Amino acid sequence: MSARRRWIVTIVAGAALALLLPHLGVPTFFVSLLTQTWIIAIAAMSLDLLIGFVGLVNFSQAALFGVGAYAVAIGATRFHITGFAGGLVCGMIAAVVTAALFGLVALRAEGPGFIIITIALNQIVWGLAYQWVSVSGGDNGITGITRPPLGPFDLSSNTAYYYVCLAAFALTLAILMTVVRSPYGLVLKGVRDTPRRMRALGYNVWLYRYSALLLSSVFAGTAGVLFAWYNQFVGPVDLSLDQSTQFLIVTILGGIGTIYGQLFGALVVIFLSNELSSITQRWMLVLGVIYFAIVLYAPGGLVVLVPRLWDRLRGKRVAVVPAEHP
Amino acid sequence: MSALRRLCALTLAAFALASIGPAGVARAQAKTIKIGFLYPVTGVFAAPGRYMQDGLELYLKEHNGMLGGFKVDIDVADSQGNPQVGLTQLRKLVEQDHVDVIFGPLSAAVGAAIAPYIAEHKIAALFPIVSADDLTQRTPNDYIVRTGWSTSQPTHVLGDYAYKELKYRKVATIAYDFNFGWESIGGFVDTFQRDGGKVVKQIWTPIVTPDYSPFLSVVPRDVDAVVCSFSGAAAVNFIKQYRAFGLKMPLLCQGNATDESTLDDTGPDAVGIITALQYSASLKTPVNEAFVAAYAKAFGHVPSYYADGTYVGAEYLDRALTVTKGNTADALGFIKALRAAKADAPRGPLKLDDRGSPVQNIYIRRVEAQNGHLVNSVIRTYPNVSQFWTYDVKDYLSHPVYSRAYPVCNACS
Repeated sequence: MSARRRWIVTIVAGAALALLLPHLGVPTFFVSLLTQTWIIAIAAMSLDLLIGFVGLVNFSQAALFGVGAYAVAIGATRFHITGFAGGLVCGMIAAVVTAALFGLVALRAEGPGFIIITIALNQIVWGLAYQWVSVSGGDNGITGITRPPLGPFDLSSNTAYYYVCLAAFALTLAILMTVVRSPYGLVLKGVRDTPRRMRALGYNVWLYRYSALLLSSVFAGTAGVLFAWYNQFVGPVDLSLDQSTQFLIVTILGGIGTIYGQLFGALVVIFLSNELSSITQRWMLVLGVIYFAIVLYAPGGLVVLVPRLWDRLRGKRVAVVPAEHP
Repeated sequence: MSALRRLCALTLAAFALASIGPAGVARAQAKTIKIGFLYPVTGVFAAPGRYMQDGLELYLKEHNGMLGGFKVDIDVADSQGNPQVGLTQLRKLVEQDHVDVIFGPLSAAVGAAIAPYIAEHKIAALFPIVSADDLTQRTPNDYIVRTGWSTSQPTHVLGDYAYKELKYRKVATIAYDFNFGWESIGGFVDTFQRDGGKVVKQIWTPIVTPDYSPFLSVVPRDVDAVVCSFSGAAAVNFIKQYRAFGLKMPLLCQGNATDESTLDDTGPDAVGIITALQYSASLKTPVNEAFVAAYAKAFGHVPSYYADGTYVGAEYLDRALTVTKGNTADALGFIKALRAAKADAPRGPLKLDDRGSPVQNIYIRRVEAQNGHLVNSVIRTYPNVSQFWTYDVKDYLSHPVYSRAYPVCNACS
């Protein structure tokens, strides 16, 4: 069977499964973990755009995500911006504005310099959330955020909200897959691999990086908004460096430079951390070993590992496709 | 061909089984009360979290694993001291494990994050440790009872004691720069200033501060005392560095600074520090002496207020379950029974006010060396202290919650 057909079948089956799941009698907690998975996957995909296609290891992705979450929370509790569209736009704008400022500072550096600057920027935003109590509620965060209805649909139930996040995930996936395959996406890859050559060819390398950061922030902000509505709570932990690290782990596990791989990364991270912790107190150790093993034995991420294992299980020997970015 | 698809399905099915499994098993059991115990098993609060677990375990052991005549099943969930994780784990306890009551958490931030969910799902919750003032003040929650304390409850007393008994007139404060630090210092400053004392400087330090010297060097030397609020490793570091810096002004601290769990780590540098809290392991009452002896026998060290906290919390559940005959489905009825309950706890007599916060003894304690161990020796008891001290409740609630900005320091330059 051709690779193309295999893809189509996989996508259709996956989509059907995702759509039917809440009606298969699974516990609501399972549905809410999946909802969380869609949201984290959106954020990780936005990070993958930067890491996998522009070569920018951004440690301030949680700041963009969290600023979106705080914007919708503050908008809802202070300024009565309680609509779905209003909240979403609010969060997106906040994230894009933050990214626009971050980019001006961080893109003056490359490689390790960029990483250090983004860590610092993330800490600044975290510090603001932690200490600017009159706005952010400090350590206690902001509660009392209600999920707005989407048109005629009431989203207060877990199932209804699951579909919203699933749709957002699918939309983000479609848009980002289109972007990275477009001529613009090819230029981004060029900027990633040979910035000097691209400069010589007349491309404005800085502008491509900057625009990718802004594009990424739109989705990071969206994920933040969805997360704020999901938890009906935001706190400094949402934009902490720990959160940035979680996005990074999801991205690396899923498969850098694949976009769709982030779904698997998010599934593994969310379900393992929540299920393992109820089985053993040493769950962090187990999680660490699993992460370590994946990075060591499947540097291309789960998207490479999963089909390879499957083929091996069935006794097939297939040429190992090298990861695009080991 | 459909390799990926099948694997997806397999993975999801495996997760689904893992999720459904425990709930299915639990339903097969006889009538038991299922308690969702949410506390930090791992993370930065794991050390005090251990005391929470031990306190609860001791109470259950002494009562044959029964509360209110019912067998109880403790369903542990790890909050990691992280609000996001705490909320997810709470969902698991409620939606998947169908627990009857929520017991925990430790951190105020987790408490604040889970409170709306608790109200929305109409499940009764008992907070044995969380002390955030507004939980039972400006933003009370009908479904939550706390049996621990409110952050400013002990420091209200400490401020009054410093002015009236120690005759201090001028102090500086130094504390954690987040809600817990602000609220505990705010309580002190409020009563101390109203009595007539002067606060000349307030220093706030980041939650993670490995080196306190830049802050200690700006502490005014001409004050009668320095008032502090730290906990855990930060308290150990702060006290040691304060002494190493050669500062001679007496230290008055919120009680967590010399908690039994870290006192031995701080060592002789802690001697002489005066603190206020609702508990001390060296409290000389028959109830407490029996509690401390049993606890030390079981776990090899003395309890701290975290252990007393869950021990008392379990006693409250015990009493309320007796009254409601095990009915927790009527959450408000159960909360009402909790609020009406009284206990003669290790920490002393305890009752709850109409907002669900304890009215209890607050102890002024001084760190002393006794038989080669450091203890929080009780030097003065203030009985029946309310979360509002002696203030008019309405007037008190019209002020903002204590923060960096309130109460305003009256003599800062």
